[in-house]
Amino acid sequence: MGDIFYLMLRRLRMPLITLITIYSVATVGFVLIPGQDDQGNVWHMDFFHAIYFVSFMGSTIGFGEIPYAFTSAQRAWTLVSIYGTVIAWLYGIGSLLALLQEPVFGRMLRRRSFANEVGNFNEPFYLICGYGITGGAIVKKLSQRGMRTVVIDINQERIDRLEMDDLPIRVPGLCADASLPEALDDAGLQHSSCVGVLALTNNDNVNLSISIASKLLAPERIVISRTESDVNARNLASFGTDHIVDPFRAYAEYLSLAAHAPYMHLVYDWLVNPYHRPLSAAYKKTTGRWIICGFGRFGKALYKEFNDHDVELVLLDDNPEQLTGFENFVIGLGTEAQTLEQAGVRDAVGIIAGTDNDADNLSIIMTARELNPKLVTVVRQNLNTNKLVYKNSKADFVMEPGHIIANRILAKIKTPLLPVFIDRMQQHDDVWAHTLLNRMSSLASNRELDSWSFTVSEETTPAILEIIDDGMEVKLSKLLKDPRHRKDQLPCFPLMLRRQDELDLLPGELTLLQAGDEILFCGLSEAHSQMEWSVNNYNILYYLLTGEEPSHNVLARILKKI
Amino acid sequence: MNREKVIFAFFIVLALTLNFGFFLGEIDNPAHHNVFEFFAAIVVSMICTVLKFGDRTHIGALMLATSLVADMQLVVAAIMWGWAVQLSTAGLTPEVMSSVVSLSGGALLANIVSVILLMVETIVVRR
Repeated sequence: MGDIFYLMLRRLRMPLITLITIYSVATVGFVLIPGQDDQGNVWHMDFFHAIYFVSFMGSTIGFGEIPYAFTSAQRAWTLVSIYGTVIAWLYGIGSLLALLQEPVFGRMLRRRSFANEVGNFNEPFYLICGYGITGGAIVKKLSQRGMRTVVIDINQERIDRLEMDDLPIRVPGLCADASLPEALDDAGLQHSSCVGVLALTNNDNVNLSISIASKLLAPERIVISRTESDVNARNLASFGTDHIVDPFRAYAEYLSLAAHAPYMHLVYDWLVNPYHRPLSAAYKKTTGRWIICGFGRFGKALYKEFNDHDVELVLLDDNPEQLTGFENFVIGLGTEAQTLEQAGVRDAVGIIAGTDNDADNLSIIMTARELNPKLVTVVRQNLNTNKLVYKNSKADFVMEPGHIIANRILAKIKTPLLPVFIDRMQQHDDVWAHTLLNRMSSLASNRELDSWSFTVSEETTPAILEIIDDGMEVKLSKLLKDPRHRKDQLPCFPLMLRRQDELDLLPGELTLLQAGDEILFCGLSEAHSQMEWSVNNYNILYYLLTGEEPSHNVLARILKKI
Repeated sequence: MNREKVIFAFFIVLALTLNFGFFLGEIDNPAHHNVFEFFAAIVVSMICTVLKFGDRTHIGALMLATSLVADMQLVVAAIMWGWAVQLSTAGLTPEVMSSVVSLSGGALLANIVSVILLMVETIVVRR
């Protein structure tokens, strides 16, 4: 508050001095100018009456000439004083209003109220730097889950968008440069309830400085940072950044999975993306020759991923320098049929248009599809404004790294077990994935598949522990029943069970639960809220296990005995 | 020479001199204490206060505090004087006059401290 107060005092110095001076001159004038009382005697106004008169005259209320009617000299002085005092007031109020309307003052006020709001948080929250596609998606998803977030962005328009976006809980936003530790501090970096910092700006250096600041001020706190270069990624890793996401590499991994294990890819897609791809997407032939157009950062990340899985690749770029040292390439942009023919588009299975020019990318996939209609097409979108055209391009994959990163980070934050599962499931083959996918599909069809996990402990699942203490056994299958009617199944199933360090994928439903078990479920989100009931409420769990309502009050016991 | 400093010092010293001039004389004799001088002392003291607004240094805060003390003492004295003359049936008795003057004496002390602080600042920050 101090800054604002001082600024106000400094700005109001001149108007206040003017006001005091004009008032005192007017008052002294009335004391000095002789008047007449009702008997016609000479009468001098004293200071008390003079101040009284000037006070109401100055605000132009006008109670008349008191205590006696004025002489001409006094009236003349009143005339002068009225204009003087009114001008002084206008000047003072004008300055105050001008100050209040000044952008600097407004910014200071907003910053102050933002810092106060964040300072008063008493529940865990995430600090998100950068409210672009990724940041926006994460904030939306987290607030739907009831998690609090705080946003910093350097662009006022984005902060305005945050206020207009219809979020279920209030998310305070600040327009400031997130690379300044002062701004981060106002946003709650040192707050004890801040559980994680997400550096998602599109500037690698800013992300780096956010991560460093966070790791220095609170070493234990989770830091997730986005980066586009390998050098930066190594730098971030060197001081212990918990999770580093590279949009190009993330998308390359995603695509490469689609190319060599389509069902595994779909399982991944269903678990991680809210709007997952339909089951039919996997029937396309995806193993064979792939053509990569544009061999920049994205192209190289793709090449690396695909090469690890022995996929036949043809590289295309109009800059021969980019391609030196690689084999199997064609020089050209890929927008014309001739170069595509040269690259063997007629018997290829997929084409990736990954140049940094949106018009070129669209042109590539349209030409390629004319030559080979069965082609799997992947197209990179550079500008968000071209969304409409891309939506209608009928490409199989539109690469928007923003959403991919957002989903990855969300998986990490929401259910830390999910990335572990995804990592482990890749040891299985595609047939295993196909079975799993069919199971998911029968559950969710085209609705959003949610995933959640809990640990069997006093804090998160008190009911299970109480039941175990009572000497009963809790089978995993019992948790999958509907607490409203125990013959019905909830639309969900367990994906993984972690006991100590052992991982059990798709655990048997007869597994007995123990304290310390961590279980990952997937299913519809309504099943999640129902399951919360069964693991937290002793009576409900008792009903699920035995089919009867336990009665614990005295009356019920007495009745039972009778 | 800095014009702003001249104006600043002028008002601070003027507040002290006016206050001293009013304080001088027999404590309960209204004839020794001019009402105009008292009014001028209050006005100048208020201007001093406003001039000291917005200085964020430690010494600036001290000066603002002394000014506020002087203002408070003088305003209370003025209210007493006004009350005695206008409202009280006894009029301006020697008792009331002496308390008005002694209150202004308190303000005088505050003004002296203010001038000392001004001198300290000038000596320490030699520019």
